Amino acid sequence: MLMQGLKKIGAVLLLAMVSMVAYADYSWNFPEPVTPMALDTLHVHNKFMLITMAIFVVVLAIMIYSIFAHRKSKGFKPVTDKAPSTAIEIFWTLIPFAILLLIDFVIMGIPAYHSVIMMEDTRNGSEMVIKVTGSQWRWQYEYMSGDAEGIKFVSNLTTNTKQMHNEEEKGKNYLLEVDNPLVLPVDTKVRVLMTATDVLHNWWVPQFGSSRVAVPGFIRETWVQVTKPGVYRGQCKELCGKGHGYMPVVVHAVSKEEYKTWVLAKKDEAAQADAGADQEWTKEDLVAKGKEVYEKNCAVCHQVTGAGLPPAFPALTGGKITTAPIFGADGKYLPDSHLDRVLNGKNIMPAWKSVLNDTEIAAVISYERNALGNSMGDFVQPSQVKAARQ
Amino acid sequence: MSTTTVAHHDEHADHPTGIMRWLTTTNHKDIGTMYLTFSLIMFLVGGCMILGIRAELFKPGLQLMNPDFFNQLIGVHALIMIFAALMPAATGFANWMIPLQIGAPDMALPRLNNWGFWLLPPSAILLTLPFTLALFGIGDGALATGWTFYPPLSVQGGIGVDFAIFAVHLLGISSVLGSINIIVTLFNMRAPGMTLMKMPLFAWGWLITAFLLIATIPVLAGAVTMLLTDRHFGTHFFDAAGGGDPIMFQHLFWFFGHPEVYILLLPVWGFIPQILQTFSRKPVYGYKAQVYSFWAIGALAVVVWAHHFFTAGLPVPALLYFMYSTMAISLPLAVLFFCWIKTMWKGSMSFETPMLFTVGWIILFGIGGLTGLVLADVAADAQYHNSYFVVAHFHYTLFAGGIMGIMAGVYYWLPKMTGHMYNEKLGKTHFWLTAISFNMTFIPQFFLGLAGMPRRIPDYALQFAEFNMISSISAFVLGLSQLLFVYIIITCIRGGKKATDQVWEGAEGLEWTLSSPPPYHSFAEQPVIK
Repeated sequence: MLMQGLKKIGAVLLLAMVSMVAYADYSWNFPEPVTPMALDTLHVHNKFMLITMAIFVVVLAIMIYSIFAHRKSKGFKPVTDKAPSTAIEIFWTLIPFAILLLIDFVIMGIPAYHSVIMMEDTRNGSEMVIKVTGSQWRWQYEYMSGDAEGIKFVSNLTTNTKQMHNEEEKGKNYLLEVDNPLVLPVDTKVRVLMTATDVLHNWWVPQFGSSRVAVPGFIRETWVQVTKPGVYRGQCKELCGKGHGYMPVVVHAVSKEEYKTWVLAKKDEAAQADAGADQEWTKEDLVAKGKEVYEKNCAVCHQVTGAGLPPAFPALTGGKITTAPIFGADGKYLPDSHLDRVLNGKNIMPAWKSVLNDTEIAAVISYERNALGNSMGDFVQPSQVKAARQ
Repeated sequence: MSTTTVAHHDEHADHPTGIMRWLTTTNHKDIGTMYLTFSLIMFLVGGCMILGIRAELFKPGLQLMNPDFFNQLIGVHALIMIFAALMPAATGFANWMIPLQIGAPDMALPRLNNWGFWLLPPSAILLTLPFTLALFGIGDGALATGWTFYPPLSVQGGIGVDFAIFAVHLLGISSVLGSINIIVTLFNMRAPGMTLMKMPLFAWGWLITAFLLIATIPVLAGAVTMLLTDRHFGTHFFDAAGGGDPIMFQHLFWFFGHPEVYILLLPVWGFIPQILQTFSRKPVYGYKAQVYSFWAIGALAVVVWAHHFFTAGLPVPALLYFMYSTMAISLPLAVLFFCWIKTMWKGSMSFETPMLFTVGWIILFGIGGLTGLVLADVAADAQYHNSYFVVAHFHYTLFAGGIMGIMAGVYYWLPKMTGHMYNEKLGKTHFWLTAISFNMTFIPQFFLGLAGMPRRIPDYALQFAEFNMISSISAFVLGLSQLLFVYIIITCIRGGKKATDQVWEGAEGLEWTLSSPPPYHSFAEQPVIK
């Protein structure tokens, strides 16, 4: 009675699963591979899965046959086993062992060897180098060689908090969308250097098949060679604190021509920002720009209102540092001043000097001192930040 | 059979009663009962935590908790399930059954035994206390780094990390004490005529486990102590800025962590053949082969640790070595599977609850083992690593291979321990509910992992929604089914059909020669093994 009920429940669940499969586009395997490494991984995975499933089915079949045939309720009498004694018997007993050795170290072992060698070969034939830096909780990209050398930017999650708290409908790329995606040319082997500024992170795009832990203080490397233009999305996959689920990786793979155009545009943008640093800004312009920078980079910890999340993340509203003077009598910035903290960081607070440009740092400091419930009235010019860097 | 002659030993006149009985007891059965009870309670506590997680993951978006609390739950769930549910359950069985199986009156070091147990409740409190403290505004909650304590995140963490470090120290001391006791007992207190190679397989499994614990727990204790000094005393073991290396912690941790898997599983591999023998009415096949496999697995366990962090960046020769040595574990494991099935083959099988759990266990643990073989491949591991594929894999080894094995043991020995038969119909229902909902929980997680969902994220992209929903619903069925388990155990302790001495028709071994329940001081006269 009960058993039948359970069987029915099982059947219904199975049916539900099957019907859902029919209606939703599920992936039952790795997503479509777009690099040689991901393709190789997929082949290895498929092959190994088939082998292990074959082993599983054979062993299971023998056991299930036995379960049904050798039952007490069928009156089956137990036999007496004897250990293999003759040479022939021992030979037959060793056969499964030999099969397993063959599977482990030849059928699976040899392709696995080649995959490892290919995966670890980051240098041969690589045409450009990029550096990926993980920080809580964003990725930084820097182009280290080639036309794009010197371009660097930060890539932040753009999904808004309303979507996270179910107050707004979730977008198509919920949690997998960023402001500045990494742009890579197709059919180019890119050597990827990986590091982190605070804790371990792991830069992972499933369709690339490569994943490597970013270790603070060390350089790890991997490589990608995207074969098909498109937008590829992934996530950090090493637990890195409360924002672990909120540091996506988005890569735009574009044709080589488009990549050249993008590089030129990006360089142009950087030149303009540099120029911006040399001009005088009004307080209003700085505060307006600072709001943008603040909400993108600082609000994760210090909150949009500036209330922070004490004790880990102090409040900026009426905060000790945001209300203290920045510059001393000699015109140099004071240690532990607002500018010092933003440029150089301290403990959990990251150093922003390599992430934000002069204008952005000046703007965000001006914003924090004249908004978020503060009204210090003073502000910082980009040229002062530029000077402070030297 | 020997009960009548030694009845005067069983009077409790010289033992305290009530709470003092349990606090001061040095009796192996009392201590075994306390271990098993503690394990069951903590299994439910750890289960409630993960149901909180599954409720949060029921659909995309943040519904019930903030990400920080989510991180605390996952880490403490794992620590509780491993250290406070699975390990004490195995130790509980060891306490109860090893003296019975080898014909000894008690464990060799009874006071140590008592201390070993009473270290557990304080450590469980240490693990969970930060949750409560946070409610009163002290600290920021429990360990939020996952159970693996990886620095630098754990150096950055709050007081929860310190609490967890001390809890791990206490749990480690408890495990080492228990291991010493078991080794001493097995080496010195076997019945005359019981040579090591005549010892029941459960005793063998535990002997290897005990040696593994003594070899690896100190390494874990050292690693977490280094973490503690990094956090508070300015050392830089795991900080590159001071010449340290965060990855060194992973080496130390997994030098303990991988053997830990076998520490959890070897006792189960020990009694599974005994259950198979009982319900197949046919002696264990390949006793020697199984013992040698235990040795081989014990030896391999301590030389394969780095396969837990292939993606952390190891040199190519190291990658290849750890890949091939990991694959080699499949050889002794295959011998075990072969022996289990050969024990069933042409037996005269019946399927009472322990046997159902055992057969289910073989199938599901087989899935865990085979996916482990696939995970050994370095290239594919780059994709599986830290994805839900791994989560599914280790729940097949530790829930199916560990907990369901323990459940088989509970149903197998409960009549011997309590003197009553449990409700067979409810037991079978419990098995089917557990087996089906377990698969419905974790099969979707394999696909989630392949599709690219990382583990330990509180919220996920929309393409993962359907599988997560199936997994969450099934997890709740799985969790609620365990209330039935608790009910069956309680009713069995309270009463039920009287169990015979042998309990099961095909049961063989010294524990089945004693009355059910056995006398307070098991064997007053040592049995002799021919």
